[in-house]
Amino acid sequence: MSGLLEGKRLLITGVITDASIAFHAARTAQEQGAQVVLTGFGRMSLIERIAKRLPEPAPVIELDVQNPEHLDTLADRVAEHVDGLDGVLHSIAFAPESCLGAPFMDAPSEDVGKAVDVSAYSYKALAKAVLPLLSPGSALVGMDFDARVAWPAYNWMGVAKAALESVNRYLARDLGPHGVRVNLVSAGPVKTMAAKSIPGFGELEDGWGDRAPLGWDTTDPTPVAKTICAALSDWMPATTGSMIMVDGGVHATGQ
Amino acid sequence: MADKTELLTGLAEIVEEVAGVAKDDVTAEKSFVDDLDIDSLSMVEIAVQAEDRFGVKIPDDELANLKTVGDAVDYVAANSK
Repeated sequence: MSGLLEGKRLLITGVITDASIAFHAARTAQEQGAQVVLTGFGRMSLIERIAKRLPEPAPVIELDVQNPEHLDTLADRVAEHVDGLDGVLHSIAFAPESCLGAPFMDAPSEDVGKAVDVSAYSYKALAKAVLPLLSPGSALVGMDFDARVAWPAYNWMGVAKAALESVNRYLARDLGPHGVRVNLVSAGPVKTMAAKSIPGFGELEDGWGDRAPLGWDTTDPTPVAKTICAALSDWMPATTGSMIMVDGGVHATGQ
Repeated sequence: MADKTELLTGLAEIVEEVAGVAKDDVTAEKSFVDDLDIDSLSMVEIAVQAEDRFGVKIPDDELANLKTVGDAVDYVAANSK
């Protein structure tokens, strides 16, 4: 039996621990037949160790999305491992302490700028860097948290995600003529390293499972990982510029 | 159960490699955060290395309870294969 992603060559960003959504996306993609290359930021020795815990140990390329040299050389460095790409996962976000959990009204402009640069502009920067490797039929997927409404604690990270949602639409417009689909997976709260560093994550996750028509388990990243793989597969061939909600259905309720 | 002196030595080597703390300073009574100034991501990396080296699984919820080097040694001693 062949897998959903048989023969697909994927670049997956955003792995930091084996709790990362990106780690589970990589694992699921490999189980479905994909060949995976990871990028890592900062803690390269940790990420390389985690990469060995995948079903197939994956190579790790260093990528700081704010480093122009890293971006300029990314395609060449990826090409050392695979001869092209069929899919890319953007799972990158950052906000200074003033922007997440701290009073919304007090965050300074330069901190907000950094949050938007790392969390939203980087989607475009990554797309541009890998475009030479993408052929028609390939897909970009970004990780989102529904930014159409205001949440407790999420604050300027939410503003950055709103920017990401807009970048997603413009990327879909500009990459459509290349045959490249661009979509976001908007996930419910999952207990990752990143989530635990959000002061007030408890407020976000509290009651999610009760509100979700399908229920929701914050300790189970597999539903999100499967949806990422679906979006990277050939089975959503006419979907681009979309937000795919993977939240147990909370977005559809009025509570 | 593994020998605790050996575990402490092994753990100290990991802490030195990950966080740049001299291994002689890594003693049982020291707090990772308050005494050794180790941040949360370094703690994760120390845990991951300890898992690989000692054949033990340290869930995130347990990691949060390991305040001192001695706590970590005790946990690994009790849970390693």
